[in-house]
Amino acid sequence: MIKTSTAVTVGVAAFLVLLAAALGTDSLFRVHAWIVFLVLAIATIVLLRQSQAVTALAPSEGAPNQYMDGVVRYGVIATLFWAIAGLLVGVLIACQLAWPEFNIPPYFNFGRLRPLHTSAVVFAFGGNALIATSFYVVQRTTRARLWGGDLAWFVFWGYQLFIVMAATGYLLGITESREYAEPEWYVDIWLTIVWVAYLLVFLGTLVVRKEPHIYVANWFYLSFIVTVAMLHLVNNLSMPVSLLGSKSYSAFSGVQDALTQWWYGHNAVGFFLTAGFLGMMYYFVPKQANRPIYSYRLSIVHFWSLIFMYIWAGPHHLHYTALPDWAQTLGMVFSVMLWMPSWGGMINGLMTLSGAWDKLRTDPVLRMLVLAIAFYGMSTFEGPMMSIKAVNSLSHYTDWTIGHVHSGALGWVGMISFGAIYHLTPKLWGRTALYSLRLVNWHFWLATLGIVVYASVMWVSGIMQGLMWREYDDQGFLVYSFAETMAAMYPYYVMRMIGGALYLSGALVMAYNIYKTIRGGAPVVAHVPAAALQAAE
Amino acid sequence: MNDDYTMMRQFADSWGLLGMLLFFVAAVVLAYRPAAKKNHDDAASIPFKEND
Repeated sequence: MIKTSTAVTVGVAAFLVLLAAALGTDSLFRVHAWIVFLVLAIATIVLLRQSQAVTALAPSEGAPNQYMDGVVRYGVIATLFWAIAGLLVGVLIACQLAWPEFNIPPYFNFGRLRPLHTSAVVFAFGGNALIATSFYVVQRTTRARLWGGDLAWFVFWGYQLFIVMAATGYLLGITESREYAEPEWYVDIWLTIVWVAYLLVFLGTLVVRKEPHIYVANWFYLSFIVTVAMLHLVNNLSMPVSLLGSKSYSAFSGVQDALTQWWYGHNAVGFFLTAGFLGMMYYFVPKQANRPIYSYRLSIVHFWSLIFMYIWAGPHHLHYTALPDWAQTLGMVFSVMLWMPSWGGMINGLMTLSGAWDKLRTDPVLRMLVLAIAFYGMSTFEGPMMSIKAVNSLSHYTDWTIGHVHSGALGWVGMISFGAIYHLTPKLWGRTALYSLRLVNWHFWLATLGIVVYASVMWVSGIMQGLMWREYDDQGFLVYSFAETMAAMYPYYVMRMIGGALYLSGALVMAYNIYKTIRGGAPVVAHVPAAALQAAE
Repeated sequence: MNDDYTMMRQFADSWGLLGMLLFFVAAVVLAYRPAAKKNHDDAASIPFKEND
């Protein structure tokens, strides 16, 4: 249901952006505005053509007694698209670290591609997975249609526009240089508008719910939306140089700025990459296993303890810096305490399968979800350990940190999202089953092997790097120059690239499987072949 | 600015801390009181109520 007024609104926005492209005070801003203008102009044309077509067609899912799943279907496809894009850039920058020849200045240098990779996987892939699944889960667990009508579509397309603006900005060299929050002030403002709309759609749906109790998955989703709004606003407080310029200066400076950035940065991990995806876990694991969550009470305690503790853990990113010692210790203590809620949540997820473990042999989607929970447990064990100051003195600034992040991101965030998409696709497109469970199995093993290679290689390389940095000779001189440590890491960088490529190839297998499922290819019988079963024993 | 910090710090170290602790303890007690068992079992079954 596209109204002509929507097309007109986007057209007016395109015109305003065109004005910005003409009047911008710096050339980067003008180029960026031209890109956004092109995107909006194409969107206007597409919308106009569709609004003409719609008058002839009956609205397919406008009925208020139906769930609003169109936006979820788009979300699933966008999630897959950005997953592959983000992982591909990841493999590319892994190549750049091993072979500097892969840097193509200035637009495709490591310095510009690295934020492109992190934002593409965290915000584009992870964000779309969260928005799509939250829209699906909140409707199913409240038994109400999404509130706000087409506002959900605004959230979806507005978020895609944010991603495009952020990504093109990075390549152009427009950046605030804030970890995981690199977009400049005008992109931040746009995201704020989209995020408020997201919050309204989600809260509105909770308000009109037909189920009296709000299921715990929605608590996690809601805490993710609210906390990310707060983090985004505070971290991006800044003063633009000009209203038509790409540069701004942060409201904070010095150690306050560093702490603000890591308060944001770690809670992006805690609330974007953990709380939101725990919402996914609390819905999709019970659904796929066809058993209620092990302990609903534990899930409540999990929720409150996670919320109370995560927000304090950020200072562990600033050990042995100018940050006051008490703040460092505070960050460390809260990080260690996080062991309890994290493992409580992991046990809750895993024990949901108690009495039904045999399903793991026949259901590769459930296996994927369970592996995700296992990686959640593993990386939430590793993280607190690394936040302990004595361990951190060895691990900080080394590849160990990169390995830790990826065991959480590829293992937990990636696998739970893939599992959720495999669960959702047949339901959303009205298919009886996935096109091929065999391919899900391939995806599972390619991804698992990729993560294991990646994480273990980064352990070796990171610990070696840390030990080489701190090696003194008997006269007190450092034994190794920085370049020597780089040379020693070369083989690990190559292996890391291979691990990432394995993970990417798994995602490509998934894209093919999902494509065939949507196109309605003949469903394959939902059993793993007997030969594979015996091999597993 | 400094006074703001001192005031907020004092509040955080006293009533703020006590308030959050009580809230958390209350959340745990409410979750685990025996009378709530049936409600929680019902809540856990919500994902299976949908009709599609």
